[in-house]
Amino acid sequence: RTFNLSFRYANNAIKTSKYNIFTFLPLNLFEQFKRLANAYFLFLLILELIPQISSLSWITTGFALIVVLSITGVKDAIDDINRHKCDRQVNNRKVDVLMDGQLKNEKWMNVQVGDIVKLGNNEFVTVTSERNSPLNLVYVDTAELDGETNLKVKQALTVTGELGDNIEALAAFNGEVRCEPPNNRLDKFKGTLTVNGERYALDNDKVLLRGCTLRNTEWCFGLVIFGGPDSKLIQNSGKSMFKRTSIDHLTNILVLCIFGFLASMCSILTIGNAIWERNEGSVFTMFLPREPGIDAPLASFLIFWSYVIVLNALIPSSLYVSVEFIRLGNSFFIDWDRKMYYPKNDTPAQARTTTLNEELGQIKYIFSDKTGTLTQNIMTFNKCSINGKAYGDLYDFSGQRRTERVDFSWNNLADPKYNFHDHSLVEMVRSGNPETQEFFRLLSLCHTVMPEEKKEGELSYQAQSPDEGALVTAARNFGFVFRSRTPETITVVEMGRQVIYELLAILDFNNMRKRMSVIVRSPEGKLTLYCKGADTVIFERLHPSCNKLMEVTTDHLNVSDGLRTLVLAYKDLNENYMIDWKQRHHEASVAMEGREEKLDELYEEIEKDMMLLGATAVEDKLQDGVPQTIEQLAKADIKIWVLTGDKQETAENIGYSCNMLREEMKDVFNQMMIVFCQSEAVTAYEFFPHPQGARPPLWEPLHYGVLTDDLTPIPSSLHHQAFALEKNLRLELLRTACMCQTVICCRVTPLQKAQVVQLVKKYKQAVTLAIGDGANDVSMIKAAHIGVGISGQEGMQAVLSSDYSFAQFRYLQRLLLVHGRWSYIRMCKFLGYFFYKNFTFTLVQFWYAFFCGFSAQTVYDEWFITFYNMVYTALPVLGMCLFDQDVNDRWSLQHPELYAPGQKNQYFNKKAFVSYLIHGCYCSLIIFFIPWASMNDAVRNDGKDIVSHPSFAFLLQTCLLAVVHTQLCVDTYYWTAVNHFFVLLSTIGYFAISVTMYSNGMFYVFTSSFPLIGAARNTLNQPIVWLTIFLTFLLCILPVVAIRFIFIQLRPTINDKVRYKMRTEELPGPAPRHLLRRRSTRSGYAFSHSQGYGDLVTSRKFLMKRSTKRAPLFTQTDSSIFQNQPQHYRTIAEEAEESQSHKL
Amino acid sequence: MFRVSVLQTTDVIPSKEKSRCGRVGGVSRSEKMVKQESESANRPDNTAFTQQRLPAWQPILSAGIVIPGFVLIGLAFIGIGVALLVTSRSIQVLELDYTGDGNGSPCSSCSQSTTVNCKCSLNFTLDTLFQGPVFFYYGLSNYFQNYRRYGASKDDNQLYGDLSYFTSPSSSCSPYDYDGSKNPIVPCGSIANSMFNDTFTLTRTVSGKTDSVPLDGKGIAWWTDYNVKYRNPSVTPLKNAFNGTVKPIDWAKPAYELDTSDASNNGFVNQDFLVWMRRAALPNFRKLYRRIDASGDYQNGLPAGNYTIDITYNYPVRVFNGAKKVVFSNVSWMGGKNEFLGIAYLVIGSLCVVMSVVMLIVYAKFKFPDEE
Repeated sequence: RTFNLSFRYANNAIKTSKYNIFTFLPLNLFEQFKRLANAYFLFLLILELIPQISSLSWITTGFALIVVLSITGVKDAIDDINRHKCDRQVNNRKVDVLMDGQLKNEKWMNVQVGDIVKLGNNEFVTVTSERNSPLNLVYVDTAELDGETNLKVKQALTVTGELGDNIEALAAFNGEVRCEPPNNRLDKFKGTLTVNGERYALDNDKVLLRGCTLRNTEWCFGLVIFGGPDSKLIQNSGKSMFKRTSIDHLTNILVLCIFGFLASMCSILTIGNAIWERNEGSVFTMFLPREPGIDAPLASFLIFWSYVIVLNALIPSSLYVSVEFIRLGNSFFIDWDRKMYYPKNDTPAQARTTTLNEELGQIKYIFSDKTGTLTQNIMTFNKCSINGKAYGDLYDFSGQRRTERVDFSWNNLADPKYNFHDHSLVEMVRSGNPETQEFFRLLSLCHTVMPEEKKEGELSYQAQSPDEGALVTAARNFGFVFRSRTPETITVVEMGRQVIYELLAILDFNNMRKRMSVIVRSPEGKLTLYCKGADTVIFERLHPSCNKLMEVTTDHLNVSDGLRTLVLAYKDLNENYMIDWKQRHHEASVAMEGREEKLDELYEEIEKDMMLLGATAVEDKLQDGVPQTIEQLAKADIKIWVLTGDKQETAENIGYSCNMLREEMKDVFNQMMIVFCQSEAVTAYEFFPHPQGARPPLWEPLHYGVLTDDLTPIPSSLHHQAFALEKNLRLELLRTACMCQTVICCRVTPLQKAQVVQLVKKYKQAVTLAIGDGANDVSMIKAAHIGVGISGQEGMQAVLSSDYSFAQFRYLQRLLLVHGRWSYIRMCKFLGYFFYKNFTFTLVQFWYAFFCGFSAQTVYDEWFITFYNMVYTALPVLGMCLFDQDVNDRWSLQHPELYAPGQKNQYFNKKAFVSYLIHGCYCSLIIFFIPWASMNDAVRNDGKDIVSHPSFAFLLQTCLLAVVHTQLCVDTYYWTAVNHFFVLLSTIGYFAISVTMYSNGMFYVFTSSFPLIGAARNTLNQPIVWLTIFLTFLLCILPVVAIRFIFIQLRPTINDKVRYKMRTEELPGPAPRHLLRRRSTRSGYAFSHSQGYGDLVTSRKFLMKRSTKRAPLFTQTDSSIFQNQPQHYRTIAEEAEESQSHKL
Repeated sequence: MFRVSVLQTTDVIPSKEKSRCGRVGGVSRSEKMVKQESESANRPDNTAFTQQRLPAWQPILSAGIVIPGFVLIGLAFIGIGVALLVTSRSIQVLELDYTGDGNGSPCSSCSQSTTVNCKCSLNFTLDTLFQGPVFFYYGLSNYFQNYRRYGASKDDNQLYGDLSYFTSPSSSCSPYDYDGSKNPIVPCGSIANSMFNDTFTLTRTVSGKTDSVPLDGKGIAWWTDYNVKYRNPSVTPLKNAFNGTVKPIDWAKPAYELDTSDASNNGFVNQDFLVWMRRAALPNFRKLYRRIDASGDYQNGLPAGNYTIDITYNYPVRVFNGAKKVVFSNVSWMGGKNEFLGIAYLVIGSLCVVMSVVMLIVYAKFKFPDEE
C-alpha cells in the first residue's frame, strides 16, 4: 500500500463541486461577469462613477446588478451545496478493505489504489477493480453505467481465483498490475498482472467498473486499479451539452439589435446635443459655464455615454433573471403535476433541466424509442395453441373479458401476479392431457433462464430476454415449475412432483438459427429434444406426419394479433444416436477451425423431423394510452418517428398496434409509411446510386416499404450503417421520410438514432424531441433539442441524460400539449411585455431629450429608474407569466390544434418584436406628449407652480405605470387571486413608496438622497393631474383593445375560438373509448436478445471458455417479470373527468 | 445519484400484495391509509396551486363588453371635455411680453443696455373686471432650467441650513462653489446664481390718480419648500452664519439681505428664491411672482382701468434668444387656463364613439364567434 501511495494515484474521493467557502465569491463573480449582460452592467456602473458622464447615480445600476448577482449567486451556491452533499454521501459509503491481514470497514474516499476490497451481493462496486470470487464468476448489472440491466458475467483469473476467500492468502498476495492509463471507454481494458514472474492478461472481462452492481454473487475480492476521478464512471460523466432554446437564441439576437438601436439613439441625441450646444448652449453659458477643459465637441462626446446610461433600460437588466424565474416556476409545475405522476412505481414527472420549458411548446418532430417507451417491455404469455386447439384470452364483441382470471391457488409455487383467463387450458393440464403437459414441460426446460430462490417457494427468474421469462413463468403457473439448474441438470416440479432432468446439450439461440433446443434425459431415461423457434424455421423441420397439425397451428398463428409467437416442437431421440452425436458435438466444439459452421451443421442434423406441439403467443404489452397519445400528437401536427433497434416485423407490429400505421395507408399516396431497416437501406441505396434518375423504381414501391425487403443481407456492421447517413443520400432520405405520415426506422444503432435526429434538426430547422428509456437512447436524447427519459424503470442512463423524465409515454401529450404550450405562451408573453415595457420606459426619455437641451437629464427621478424593473413592475409580470393559461388543460388536450402556433413560432418572432417596439414607441409618445401639452403653462388651483421637474417626473412616472399595468391587465387571460394581488400590490406599493420617498422624514434623514420632497403631495391633489393620467392611459390602452377586438372579429385565431367555446360550452364528455383493433394478420417471432446463455449454463468448470457475447447494441431493459399484473387502464378523458370533479 | 432499483421493486411488490389480500380479509382502513401514504411518498400535492387549477376570472374581449364600453367611455370623455372647456374658457389670462425685442416695445432700451436696475414700464387696460383671485406670474422662454448640469448645480444640504456645507459647498455646485479667491459661495451653484432678478410694481390709474396695487408675496412657494426643504441656519443674526462666505457672483446683495424687513422671508426661505429654486421641467415656464392682495378696491380682482407695470429690468435673456413676460391669471378648480385638456377629451371621446360604431359594423358583418 505504501508503495502504491508513493505514486500519488488519485484516491477514491470524488469531487464534483465547483467552489468551496473561500473561492465561492471570486470564482462565482468571475463566472457571472462572463455573461454579456452582467459585464454590460458592470461597464455601465463604471461609466456612472465618472462624474463628467454620470447622468444617474451609480445606485440605479448598482442596485439592479447586486440583485441580479445575488439571486444567481444564491442559486449557484445552493447547487454547489447539493453537489457537496452528494460527494460527501458517496465518499462516505463503507466498504470492506483488506488491511494488515484483516478486513476493515473503510469509507470509500479512503480506498487507495492497490487495496484489496471485498464486495457483497447487491453492492455497488466501488472502484474499477480486478477480482476473484466463488466459482471465479461474478454477475454484475451495469444499469448505472450504461443502462443495461441484463446480467453480465465477469470472470477472474484462475491464478487469483484459486485464492478463494482465504484472507491470509489474499493478504500475502503479491503481484504487479500494469495497465492502460485512465480513459472513458467502458468496453475496453488492457493490462497485465504479474504474479511470481508469470504474466496474465487482464481484459474487460476481468475488471469490475465503478457503478456496477453485483448480483447473485455472495462475495468477491478485488484489487483496486483506478480510484475516484480515474475510474471509468467518472471519466464518462463528462459535461453534458448545454442546450438552449430557440427563443434564447432569438432573444440574444434581439438584444444585439437593441444594442444597435441604443447606439443609434445615442448618436442621434449626441448630434442633437452638438447642434444645441452650438446654437443655444454657447449663449446659455452665462447661466451655466462649461466645465473647465471641456469644449463643445468633447461635451457632446461625453453626452453620448451619458445617454448610454440614461437609456440603459432598453437592455432589460432583469430580463435574464426573470426568464430564469419563469422557467423555474414552470418546471415546478411540471414536477407537481399529479396527472403526470405514475402511482404504480411512485414516480412523478421531473423537469431535470429548467431552461427548456418553452421549447416544449414548439416541438415538430418526436423521435421515440420502442422498447420500454411505447411498450412496457413486459411480456405476457396470453395465448397458445396446443395440438391444434387454441387457448387464450377470450373477448366478446364489446372487447370485454368474459371470464374471470384463472385461479392458480392449487399451485403453491405459482407466481401470484400472473394472469390468464382461459379456464379450459388449466382443466386440460390438470386432467393430465399428455400433449398439454408436454407443451409446458418444454417451456419449463427449453430456456436459459436463471432461477433465484431466496426463500422456500419464493422463486424469481433472471431472464436474459423478457420473452423467455414470460414463457417460463407461464409454465410455472400451469404446474411445471422450473426450480433450479446446475450445468448438468434441470430441476422441475411437475404438477407438484419434483423431477430432475439431465441436461445433455443446449443448442443455443442465435439470429441466424432463430430457434433454440435442449436435449434432456428424463429420470425414466427417455431422451428428448425440445425446440422452440420462429414458425418459418420450425415448420421446415417438422416431421411430415405433422402437416395437418401444422396447418391448424398456422391458422392460429395468423390470428395472433401481432403478438410475438414461437412454435414449439419436440423429438424423441435414440440412445445410440445420441451417443454418436454427442461425440461429434464434442469434437466440433473443440475444433480450432470452422467451429461455428460445424456446430451449425450438427444442430441442423439433429433438429429435424420434429413433432409439432403447438405455438405460444407472447404479448409485448403497449403502455397505457399509447395509441391515444400518438393520435393526439398527430392531431397537433407533430410528426412521430419511431427509431428502434428491433426487427422490421416487430417494429411494424408495434406501428399497427399503436395506431401509427393503418391499413388504409397502403392505398393513399403520401400517407405511406417508410420502414427502413438500416442495413438493408444501405443496400437499397447502393442499388440506386443516382436517386434522382432512379426515383420511380425506388420511390414507387416505397408506398409500402420496399426498402425493407430483404435484399442481400449485409453484415450490419456499424460502419456500413453510419455510411448510409453520411452520404449525400441522406437529404433524399429525409425528403422522402418527411413526406410520409409515419416513419419507423428499425435496426438502428444508438449512433444512428442520434444521426437521424441530427439530420432532421439540421435540415428541417424544426424543434425535435427524443424520448427513450434505455442507454441506447442516450445519444439521441442528447442530440435532440429536448430529451425525455422514461423513468421509474430500471436503468437510469436515459433519465440521467434527459431534460425531462416521467414514467409513462402517455404523459408526453400532457407535457407537450399542456405544459409545453403554456410555457411557450407564457414565455412569449413575458418577453413581449418585457420589451414593450422597457421600450415605453426608455423612449419617454428620448422624447424628453428634445426639451432639455440633450443634456442627458433623466425625465424620471433616480429612485424610480432604480425600482422600475426590480420593484414596480416585477411582480405583476411574474404573476402573469407563472399562472397565465389561455385555455385550461382539458381544453388544451381537447383541441390539440392549439399547439400549432407554437410550432410555427407565431407568438414571439422578429415581427412580433417589431410590433412591440412600435407599440412601445406609440405609448411613449402618448406618455410624454399628453402630459407635456396639458402641463404647459399649467398652474395649481391655488396658483402655485406645478411644472417643476420633480412633479412633472412624478406625473410621467404615474402615467407610465398606469399604462404598463393596464396593458398587463389586458394581456392577462387568467386572473387568479395572485394576479389580482400582485397588480394591486404593485400599484399601491408604487404610491406608498413614492409618498414615503417624497416625505419629510426621508428628507430629514437622508437630505441629499431624497431631494424631491413634496412632489407627490403637491401633485396628487390636483384634478388636472388625474385627468391627465386618465387621458394618457386610456389613449394608450383603448387602441389596443379596439384593434384586438377587430382582429378577433376579422381573423379569429384558434385560441380565440376555443376560448369563446370554453366560455359558452361545457367540456364535451369523454371521447368514446375506442376499441383497439389491432391488425390481425401479422405475426412475428422475436427473441429480443441476440444470443443465449447456453454456453454459460452448460459450461462445467470455471467457464474458462469465454462466451462469444458481443457488446449488445440494443439494450434489453428486461424488467422484472413479476410485474405481469394487468395495468389499470385509464383513458385521458377519465382523468379529465376526475379533475373536473376536483374543481367542482 | 445511485439507486438500487431492483431491490426497490421487489420490496414494493409484496406490500402491494398484502394490501390486495387485506382488502379481501378486511384489514382496517387506517392501516391501508398508512400504507398508501408510505407508498406514494413522491406523489405531488393535490392543491389548486400545484395543479394549476387556481380559480380564476377569465375575461375575454366580447362584443357585449367592448362596444358598450367604448360608447360609455366616449360619452364620459365628451362630458368631461365639455366641462373642462367651459371651465377653461371662464379663466382670464393676460400675457404681456416685455423682452424688448422690437424697437417699439417699451423695454427695448433696457434690453440693449447693460445698466443695472434699468427701468421701463408696460401699460395695459382692462375693460372689465379681472375676476379675482388674480395671480401675477413672470415667464421665461427658451430657458433650460432642466438642463442636467444646471439642475444638479446646487447643494441641498447647504440650503437645508447645514453650516458645515457653508464652508465647503458640494462639488456639484462647480463652477459656482468658490469664487476667484477660494471663498465659498453661499448659496452655491448655477440655479441660485442665476436667480431671476427683475422686479415689478403694478399701479392703476383711475381718473388721473395713480394707485399702487397691493401685491402679496407670501405663500407663493410650496409649503414643503418653505417649511421643510429650505431652512436658514439657526444663527442669529442670520448674517453671522454667512461669515467667511461670499454671495453668488451675479447677485446684487447676499442671501441674508433678500428681505431685510421680514425675517421669515429672508435668507434661504425667501419666497422668490424658493420659487426660482423649484426648477421648471420644460424650457418655457412661468413662475408665480405675486398675488394681487384681495383688499379694498381689489376685493374681487382687478377692476377695469388702466394699469402700469414698472419693471426693474436686470435679467438678460436676449443673448440666448429667450423671452420674458408677465402674466396675470385667475384659476379655477382645475388650475390655470388649459384649453388642451378639454379639447383632447372631446376629441378622444368622439373618437371612442366613432370606434364603437366601426366595431359594431365589423361585429355585425363578421359576427365572430357565431359563424363557424
